[in-house]
Amino acid sequence: MIEILSNPWPWYVAGPMIAMVMFALLYFGESFGMSSNLRTMCSALGGGKVSDFFKFDVKNQRWNLVFVLGSIIGGFIAYRFLTPETAIVVSDATTESLTNLGFKDVGASYLPSEIFGASSMSSPFGLAILLIGGALVGFGARYAGGCTSGHAISGLSNLQLPSLIAVIGFFIGGLTMVHLLMPIIF
Amino acid sequence: MKYIKFLVLGILFGLVMAKAEIISWYRIYEMFNFDSFHMYGIIGSAVILGSIGVQVLKRQNIKSKYGEELHLSEKSMSIPRYLFGGIIFGLGWALVGACPGPMFVLIGYGYLPILVVLLGALLGTFIYGIVRNRLPH
Repeated sequence: MIEILSNPWPWYVAGPMIAMVMFALLYFGESFGMSSNLRTMCSALGGGKVSDFFKFDVKNQRWNLVFVLGSIIGGFIAYRFLTPETAIVVSDATTESLTNLGFKDVGASYLPSEIFGASSMSSPFGLAILLIGGALVGFGARYAGGCTSGHAISGLSNLQLPSLIAVIGFFIGGLTMVHLLMPIIF
Repeated sequence: MKYIKFLVLGILFGLVMAKAEIISWYRIYEMFNFDSFHMYGIIGSAVILGSIGVQVLKRQNIKSKYGEELHLSEKSMSIPRYLFGGIIFGLGWALVGACPGPMFVLIGYGYLPILVVLLGALLGTFIYGIVRNRLPH
């Protein structure tokens, strides 16, 4: 059993499980959306003093912060007990285009050392990539009113046209980054 | 006690994100390169099952455990908001290979540089809160 769980889980297991999590949250009277936690955290850190956007009762969002805590624990369990092999199999075409960008040891671990290695924290360039990338995600998610979970999963499941527009936006942005900007950045 | 169920669901979510390699930067890059079906299979199967399930829930007028209306997201219509917001989100998603869910899972996975990404995400959210009245919605 542990052996089976330790292999990478296929898409047809992961997708239905994500849908199940979404339905369980609906059943418990809440909804699936991760980026709203960022807003809650800003509010808890005193953001309400600067903008009304962060003035709301954090108590109603406590369940989602507990969900976040669970997801951190889930990541830890996966790392500690269910991942004997940390390398991942990356398709040949992806490996080739990354090698052309100057990336080494593609797939040696979950994250590339070029962006997340020890040196990323000590160079201004490395820090800037992490910080700006994160800021784009945080800003964009709030502007669009949701992220992958809120729009691509919850919103599309409810056949919301706004969510489809947002997901199209995710792809315009992602494709621009991967095909136009990353060759300049790296 | 009422929070235990959310903790358990969060753990399940974290396990799926980690074990299906959704938290891997390479899987996101691969997706935007159209080099693998994996991520499309995950999002696609979740949305197909999700949309069938939501239709059933709506038709049967099913309530939550507490007898309330389900919190199904009804988004008000706009184009600039979702398109511009989405594009900005996508640029960041592809660069750091993590959307908000995986950011937290990666902390559990022990990748400390992701904390800088999370700090950036909080900063981005904060900046939105300040400038949002000046943006087209």
